[in-house]
Amino acid sequence: MSGIVGYGAHVPIYRIKTEDIARIWGEDAESIKKGLNIKEKSVPSRDEDAATIAVEAARRAVKHAGIKATEIGAVYVGSESHPYAVKPTATVVTQAIEAGNKVMCADLEFACKAGTAGIQMAMGLVDSGMIKYGMSVGSDTSQGRPGDALEYTASAGGAAFIIGKNDVIANIIKTVSYTSDTPDFWRREGASFPSHGGRFTGEPGYFRHITGATKMLFEETGLKPSDFDYAVFHQPNGKFPINVSTQLGFDMKQIEPGLLTPIIGNTYSGSSMLGLAATLDIAKPGQKILVTSFGSGAGSDSFAIEVTEGIESKRSRLDLVRSIIEKHKKYIDYSEYLKDRDSIKKT
Amino acid sequence: MERSSASLWRKIRSRYNLVGNTCENCNANYFPPRIVCRNCGRKSKMVEKQYKGDGEIYSFTKIRVPPDTFKDEAPYDIGIVKLEEGPMVEGHIIENGIEPKIGGKVRVRFRKMYVDGDEGLIYYHYKFEQIG
Ligand SMILES: [Zn+2]
Repeated sequence: MSGIVGYGAHVPIYRIKTEDIARIWGEDAESIKKGLNIKEKSVPSRDEDAATIAVEAARRAVKHAGIKATEIGAVYVGSESHPYAVKPTATVVTQAIEAGNKVMCADLEFACKAGTAGIQMAMGLVDSGMIKYGMSVGSDTSQGRPGDALEYTASAGGAAFIIGKNDVIANIIKTVSYTSDTPDFWRREGASFPSHGGRFTGEPGYFRHITGATKMLFEETGLKPSDFDYAVFHQPNGKFPINVSTQLGFDMKQIEPGLLTPIIGNTYSGSSMLGLAATLDIAKPGQKILVTSFGSGAGSDSFAIEVTEGIESKRSRLDLVRSIIEKHKKYIDYSEYLKDRDSIKKT
Repeated sequence: MERSSASLWRKIRSRYNLVGNTCENCNANYFPPRIVCRNCGRKSKMVEKQYKGDGEIYSFTKIRVPPDTFKDEAPYDIGIVKLEEGPMVEGHIIENGIEPKIGGKVRVRFRKMYVDGDEGLIYYHYKFEQIG
């Protein structure tokens, strides 16, 4: 089966603290920080969107993989904030990495899991011999309605993975998906902000699908939580992934390396993929990683991954996720945040 | 900034990726690409070259009174960057909390340059980020 040949990440430099959002709405910052387990979130600058973030991540992935971009036969970009309604983000990415014209391309949408769906599609094409390498990117500049609970978490970032059979840094042992028609979170065409089912989003949405897919993966592989060195779950806030990992029998040590929402927020399509990237940053040959994404609507993709010897020699070409996050960050206040988000209506 | 999709399309590779050219006769590097080498005239042998995008700030200026196109962006920095491979390139220096300085090391980034209203095209372009 195919595996991961390289990956790359990108997170914008701006941050807004939970306190600065809570102050505007007269809410208690400490209880929100505790309730959501989130300190601060990333904010894109005015000249960034899901396409620019995807490109930065994709370029880093190509460099890390050490392949020619023209060997990539498919590029998929998963996002719920594609800059155009009609005009694929994947075409911009393909051009910006100079992958040439002989490329299968499509934008994918499945709330926060479209990027992992793209990994599965790339795996199918690689395993069938149709392409040599395939790339899937998860990238978002997600927005929460001002004053909505989502405003504390909706952030920006992305990660790109290159799938292939040669020179892999990790093998994908198995992947399965668990899908159902669940109205937990949605956004109609033309609406600026998403709507959600309030408290309904947790149990029948996030928890049911993540545990459903993960248990299905255990059944089909015969693996159990203690067989994995690390686990990554979708991170809509800092609390859910901890709770679901406990339910499934994982401990904090397994999920800590990939738990990024407390310091960057929920990057939607980027979330589980950035978590996987941060985990691969520190993983050693032979170690196993479990990843389960979640997309509202709803579905989960679960992956069992085993790191190979190849990871060590490529690491020097890598921009590590946590150094991208920490290196140049700049705090902004709520008024700068509104300006950046273009929320100020101009006449 | 031109607003036709044809001219966007023709320049897209230089704008996304600093694709210029080099003269194989004398090794002079150019960006944007030139039809004829400045040194070699009729003997020039021009071939395409993609620059890595690393360089240093040769000069810069802060724009406080911008053209209409960038009226929401001011203040912002525009610089001339000397690429590692030689050519001098003009470009936006993105805001990252570090004040630009002459000689500052930069790396190329991919950003939105201009968005044509609510219904027009989005123009993506290279910009530079000072990294040290
Ligand atoms: Zn010449």
